[in-house]
Amino acid sequence: MSAHSSTDPKTAVLWDTHDHGHDVISTRTFGFFLYLLSDGMIFATLFAAYGVLSYSHSYAAGPTPASFVHPWYTFLQTVALFLSVLAYGMGMGGLKRGSKSGLLSGLLAAFVLGVVFLGLDIHDMMDLADHGITIMTSGGTSAFIFLTQTHAAHIFFGLVWIAVMILQVMIQGFTTDTVGRLLSLRMFWHMQAIIWVFVYIFVYLWGYMS
Amino acid sequence: MLVPLAGGWNPLLGRLALDQIPYNNPILAPLFVVVALGALALIALITYYHKWGYLWKEWLTTVDHKKLGVMYIIIGLVMLFRGFVDGLMIRTQQVWANGPDSSGVFGAVHGYLTPFHFGQVYSAHGLIMILLAATPLLVGFMNIIVPIQVGARDMAYPYLNALGLWITAAGAALIMASLFIGDFSHNGWFGYAPLFEIQYSPGVGVDYWIWTLELLALGTSLGGINIIATIVKMRAPGMSWFKLPIFTWASLSANIIALTSFPALQLALALVASDRYLGSHFFTAGLGGNLMLYTNLFWIWGHPEVYFVILPAFGMMSEIFPVFSEKPLFGYITMVAASFAIAGVSWLVWLHHFFTMGAGPEVNSFFSIATMLVGIPTGVKVFNWAFTMYRGRLTFSAAMLWAIGALFLLLVGGLTGMMLAIPAINYMVHNSVFVVAHFHSMLLVIVYAVFGSVIFWFPKVFGFKLDEYWAKVMFWLFSAGTVGVFVPMYMLGFMGETRRLDYVFNTAWHPYLVAEEIGIFLYCLSVVAFFVLLYVSIRDRVKNQVGQDAWGTSRSLEWLTHSPVPFYNFAVIPHINERDEVAWRRQHGLVQKQPEKYLDIHMPNNTGMALYIGALTFVLAFALTWRIWWLCLGSLVAIIALMIVRSFQGDAGYIIPAAEVERMEKEALAREARIQTGAHPLPAGGRPVPGEAIAYERQDKL
Repeated sequence: MSAHSSTDPKTAVLWDTHDHGHDVISTRTFGFFLYLLSDGMIFATLFAAYGVLSYSHSYAAGPTPASFVHPWYTFLQTVALFLSVLAYGMGMGGLKRGSKSGLLSGLLAAFVLGVVFLGLDIHDMMDLADHGITIMTSGGTSAFIFLTQTHAAHIFFGLVWIAVMILQVMIQGFTTDTVGRLLSLRMFWHMQAIIWVFVYIFVYLWGYMS
Repeated sequence: MLVPLAGGWNPLLGRLALDQIPYNNPILAPLFVVVALGALALIALITYYHKWGYLWKEWLTTVDHKKLGVMYIIIGLVMLFRGFVDGLMIRTQQVWANGPDSSGVFGAVHGYLTPFHFGQVYSAHGLIMILLAATPLLVGFMNIIVPIQVGARDMAYPYLNALGLWITAAGAALIMASLFIGDFSHNGWFGYAPLFEIQYSPGVGVDYWIWTLELLALGTSLGGINIIATIVKMRAPGMSWFKLPIFTWASLSANIIALTSFPALQLALALVASDRYLGSHFFTAGLGGNLMLYTNLFWIWGHPEVYFVILPAFGMMSEIFPVFSEKPLFGYITMVAASFAIAGVSWLVWLHHFFTMGAGPEVNSFFSIATMLVGIPTGVKVFNWAFTMYRGRLTFSAAMLWAIGALFLLLVGGLTGMMLAIPAINYMVHNSVFVVAHFHSMLLVIVYAVFGSVIFWFPKVFGFKLDEYWAKVMFWLFSAGTVGVFVPMYMLGFMGETRRLDYVFNTAWHPYLVAEEIGIFLYCLSVVAFFVLLYVSIRDRVKNQVGQDAWGTSRSLEWLTHSPVPFYNFAVIPHINERDEVAWRRQHGLVQKQPEKYLDIHMPNNTGMALYIGALTFVLAFALTWRIWWLCLGSLVAIIALMIVRSFQGDAGYIIPAAEVERMEKEALAREARIQTGAHPLPAGGRPVPGEAIAYERQDKL
């Protein structure tokens, strides 16, 4: 009937009688990776909007990034976030060795450094607001603040997640559920650092130079 | 930080006030009474038959992909009906409010709808039809069919699947709430910048529109992740990529589009919300805002979305044609390639929605050519279907009629689409009802494919066929309605009728408007025929019972398991040998061959958590719409808390022992044998319930 009939029906295996099952951790982390792709699309769209709203007329004769970004200050944020990702990675080394304390200390360090990042970001935003630069100032500052604060919101929820994982590993130890989540969270945390690279280059450095 | 509002606001209720309830509206107030009475009657019926426990245990807390799919389809059909009523209202207004001498009632100068109300009706019609009718219907079918077609026990993430459903339901509830509490947006379903800014649309309509879309985008993205992961990770052994059933391929390509495009919509609307709530200047007319940025961002999602809904419909047609032609699908590989070509090109065509933006000839030429490129893979598909039927042994069953109808509509819609792809023509007919007729032809392809699929897969899910006679009556009435409404609409488009008119000035168009009204009346009759179809089919369900292979000529894997599908899908996961596994097994007499032994089956537990979180997303969206800040914060914290609680609980699932599987399988096989011989279609000691097998008692405690 069909042109590609090649299997011999007499000897063909019809049922999977050994039930090979599915790798739970691999399935879950794959799904989370797909979610990160969609998250990446949110940032891609946001960068496109930022690009459109960064012409000189987008600032409506008000302040432009060249006058209000501080690349060295933001570089501190960069260092904090990168060290946080590094600490997380070291913690995952603990998971590999089966060392709960190794993992927890890594996560704790990642959490503290993430809080430092967020604190610096909030301080920066308050400072800008003191100088009259808010989301309401102009189309350009709207895009600037929305983009950087969307990233900050990701960091905030990442911190909540890290805190939950610290508790969960303390209570439940290394189970299929917690290990899968630790891997997903690692991808998430790393992804935020990658996006921060783009934010730092295209918003802060490029804004400072233009 | 927050924008000043026109009108009142108080900390407890936000903008909510008694005068926001349209109790004095001559259309909405009676409608509310009808809806309230209907809801009361439903609650009374459920209570009378003691079905609350069944409803809770088997449906509201389920994580079974088939039941979730059925609920998606029910939402889709209900909202399709609501969208249809909106369409009926639009058509009636236009035929009534025609010419300066036309009468007016209910406060309207012409017709029966005021311009503001008319704006809400067509905005709701568009949004509902695309995101609450077409999308849930297709997601529902993907939910039911894809896991069975790939030989899985459930989706990759059953709990996430339930969450997606309840968030979608929350979106549907929100847009229904806008009928009776406040207004809906009057900006058209895609929104116009800067008209949707708070200065020009001070009411809550636009806010309803934003949060409805956000909820639906979230639900659909979650569903997309689930379906992709199911296809990639959960295939049965032996199912290599090019043995994948064609509907599964179509679902994969469609959900890759969904996963990558819906974030653009979420962001575009988040920026609108930022403008309206925080006073930013993304799309404002002054202070550096950019109006066309919104239109671009919206259609960067909007056009891929169109292909997100059409590709599964193509997949459904590709399943229906071979079964009723008794031939394998012609050009399987090219069909797959065509799906992915369409998915790829979908990203390069968004600007053809606004050629008149004035982007210049280079940009317009690029998007014009990219748009025409879509015609190549679509043409490949049309020829593949035609060659599938060529020299086949055709059965013109109702499902086949709907599929053939879809094919003809695709020709009409596709060729007018090619016309619109030419900027020179597009400038002439831009914003006319010619465009409206074009995209209705395309979206009706989906409706036709969906009704074909309802008939085609109904026996798989419920174990009995729908009545062929009434399904055909419905088909012919619906098709007559399609001709009646859309042929005159194409003509009016050429004559220069612009879209979204609450008052049609030209009395020379009256005959065409009357023809459209007759068409919509025929649609009404087809709706009646659909209800008769449901009634007759459920009445005759014993007579129409079918076994696993409902059509006798089925081809893909879902037809290998029983009808209705047991909750574990397959007692033992099949090993896949051929592309059309069931056709191959039937050809070699292997269909009846059962596995030698049964194994324990691991299944996920039911949970009410998805329902709670879904309900809270509704509360959150409602509170955001009405700016009730304490409620926003409360529901958001509650959602996060519930997610954390769920993560601590986890789900170990439960085991169905092999002996239990064997007992259920024997029962199902005995039922099958009874149907084959026709001797005792009734199970011993009772009437068959529609969906008796998917209502197997679960072993988990809830």
